[in-house]
Amino acid sequence: MENIQQAAKPSAMMNEAPMNHLTLSDRLKSYKRTPGSFLVMLLVVLSAVATIAALVFLILYILVNGIPYINADLFSWTYTSENCSVIPAAINTVIMAGISLLLAVPVGIGSAIYLVEYAKKGNKLVKVIRVTAETLTGIPSIVYGLFGMLFFVTALKWKFSILAGAFTLAIMILPVILRTTEEALLSVPDSYREGSFGLGAGKLRTIFKIVLPAAVPGILSGVILATGRIVGETAALIYTAGTVAKIPNSAFSSGRTLAVHMYLLANEGLHVNQAYATAVILLILVIGINALSSFIAKKISKA
Amino acid sequence: MANKMMIDDLNLYYGQFHALKDISLNIQEKEITAFIGPSGCGKSTLLKSLNRMNDLVEGCKITGQVTLDGTDIYRDLDVNLLRKRVGMVFQKPNPFPMSIYDNVAYGPRTHGIRSKAKLDQIVEEALRGAAIWDELKDRLKKSALGLSGGQQQRLCIARALAVKPEVLLMDEPTSALDPISTIKIEELAQELKKDYTIVMVTHNMQQATRISDKTVFFLLGEIIEAGKTDELFSMPKDKRTEDYITGRFG
Amino acid sequence: MAKSKEKIMEIVFLLAACVSILAVALICVFLFANGIPAMKKIGFADFLLGTTWKPGNDIYGIFPMILGSIYVTVGAIIIGVPIGLLTAVFLAWYCPEKIYKVVKPAVELLAGIPSVVYGFFGMVMIVPAIRYNFGGTGSSILAASILLGIMILPTIIGVSESAIRAVPGSYYEGSLALGATHERSVFRAVLPAAKSGIFAGIILGVGRAIGETMAVIMVAGNQARVPKGILKGVRTLTANIVMEMGYAEGLHREALIATGVVLFVFILIINLAFSIIKMRSEKE
Repeated sequence: MENIQQAAKPSAMMNEAPMNHLTLSDRLKSYKRTPGSFLVMLLVVLSAVATIAALVFLILYILVNGIPYINADLFSWTYTSENCSVIPAAINTVIMAGISLLLAVPVGIGSAIYLVEYAKKGNKLVKVIRVTAETLTGIPSIVYGLFGMLFFVTALKWKFSILAGAFTLAIMILPVILRTTEEALLSVPDSYREGSFGLGAGKLRTIFKIVLPAAVPGILSGVILATGRIVGETAALIYTAGTVAKIPNSAFSSGRTLAVHMYLLANEGLHVNQAYATAVILLILVIGINALSSFIAKKISKA
Repeated sequence: MANKMMIDDLNLYYGQFHALKDISLNIQEKEITAFIGPSGCGKSTLLKSLNRMNDLVEGCKITGQVTLDGTDIYRDLDVNLLRKRVGMVFQKPNPFPMSIYDNVAYGPRTHGIRSKAKLDQIVEEALRGAAIWDELKDRLKKSALGLSGGQQQRLCIARALAVKPEVLLMDEPTSALDPISTIKIEELAQELKKDYTIVMVTHNMQQATRISDKTVFFLLGEIIEAGKTDELFSMPKDKRTEDYITGRFG
Repeated sequence: MAKSKEKIMEIVFLLAACVSILAVALICVFLFANGIPAMKKIGFADFLLGTTWKPGNDIYGIFPMILGSIYVTVGAIIIGVPIGLLTAVFLAWYCPEKIYKVVKPAVELLAGIPSVVYGFFGMVMIVPAIRYNFGGTGSSILAASILLGIMILPTIIGVSESAIRAVPGSYYEGSLALGATHERSVFRAVLPAAKSGIFAGIILGVGRAIGETMAVIMVAGNQARVPKGILKGVRTLTANIVMEMGYAEGLHREALIATGVVLFVFILIINLAFSIIKMRSEKE
């Protein structure tokens, strides 16, 4: 049917001004007849402007006030109450993110594999897993913090430690990894699996050699998103990893991450300038991480 | 009979694609004009140009002139007022997800009628006009989505009638319906032409012969032939029309 | 051999999947086991409805904090929902693609900014602005509401936009064909069809606002008493925990954990409401 359409011949008509395009004055004339609609349109546009303005203002305000205070002192190897160095906290953040991801990523990917590749439709267990994963998503970080304190710090006697903090965060980011991996696995076409089975490969081989590699970008974008949450997290860490501003000797020593460091600086109120500078570092870090994640996510949707 | 709408040298492009070519056509008042032709021939596109629904399509360019009672609908008429005067019924019934009453009252409310008594009266008239009042009068507060496809389409006709249009555009109004509902809509159309000018796109040539006064045959964005329905079907002047109505292609 | 390996790995994956269940179970058990006894000791009514919080005198009434959480959440909703919803409408029905490519990532970025940075911004910007314009200390319900209102924007916008986009275009066209303006068509025909999705977004926003901790602490003043106006300071449930957990012992500590239990129950109710509404909107 559509194949009988023919390509347009360039015609003089093409150059004539089309009559169906509304100019601005046409629109305004039309709005004059319906002032209510005009008002609504204004409100819609203003709201969008307000949203963007809030973001731009926040970022600019912190950058402008913080960048002048980024100096060498801030990056000293050890922290003192004079230099307010971010280095120990930055190192703690990297360690914290590393351990949390090490714990959460395999578990998250494993559960997603089970949900997508093994579980049968209508399975009761799957429903329970989904409900619990959704519950985990909704739990505020302070509740994770409380739980971490009660379980890892107190019951398991790990004291305030990087490890207790990392375990707490691992539970917190588990649903993020689970969900993004699940989506990535679901988006792998069934023809890939059938092709592999057709060649006599087992289920396990198919998953590891065919399905997972195809889902890597999606999983990666989820992992990076989770990293962003770890870097920005405070409430779940104060009473699990504690607030010691030192590079830890072992996984069982306490250590503050960058976000916790930022909170303490701001709350003491003695080092506002350094707090600004730390905010700049934190902001740039998180924006960079998020940008990377959405960049990878966009790559997939194009492919 | 008077010309209700006049289309003069209309050309329409979707991007580079020339979808309608040099269309000139008069739509007569209080008649049913049927647009027929194979898919992609431009009949729906022309219909949508008559109430400017094509304005929504990105990259759509229209040149030429279309008038309603002598007023240029693209240059001299507010688009919302145009659509009030030229109503439309869509291919797939599209009642709003609200009560039957609110569906019919949507148009009048849009045009500023607030009085409950007045709205009640309009809703009843419109539903009677669409020959569905007796079926629905006891369930006006029920959701319109619970109706059958045929009822939904008649409700959509009632909704269009409620704004008191002069012209009613119907874009294959029965293509999604069963045969019995189709006959009801056809009977309704014949009833409505006493008061309204109707333009109907149809896929179904029997439908055109059953109900329309004039028929216009489209092919590849051009009007091949237009004339009285019985003449066009009994002695087509153009070979291509003959091929189409005898089912040789399309 | 290969068969048993397949079987073993399936069990490994199953166990991984059960970690979520285990986590939720552990969280419930540990919170309730540590919180409920304290509530019993204090007395449920005295704990939940008592208006005095004086750990020094062993008086633990968290009613001011419950009110505080509700006040700042309502404030956040009043500020965040209209702006968020209208921004979602803008994204779905107004903005040309070029602008969309800028606005959408900006909204996502808003979701990624850490609470402490929001809190710090509130502390150095919103609080002084309120102090300057309305007097008082500035740390107040109003400050917390504005800040939380901004923080829930991405949630409201994201969920509402997808709900609005899921509405069939035929509703919009049907309305337009009746002579309605673009605005009327969007607000009277499209939005009502998306209402349960939008409502789910608002509920999710409530969850975010009520659970937010660090940002609120930094701007709300944290006085543990029933507030008498929106310019007065307020302490939320979340703030109560973080403020005092550092030095609390004995019953005081347990009372703080019990505060967490109350918060947790709130959140569970909100999550449940969200799932129910989401299910209903998917059925439509």
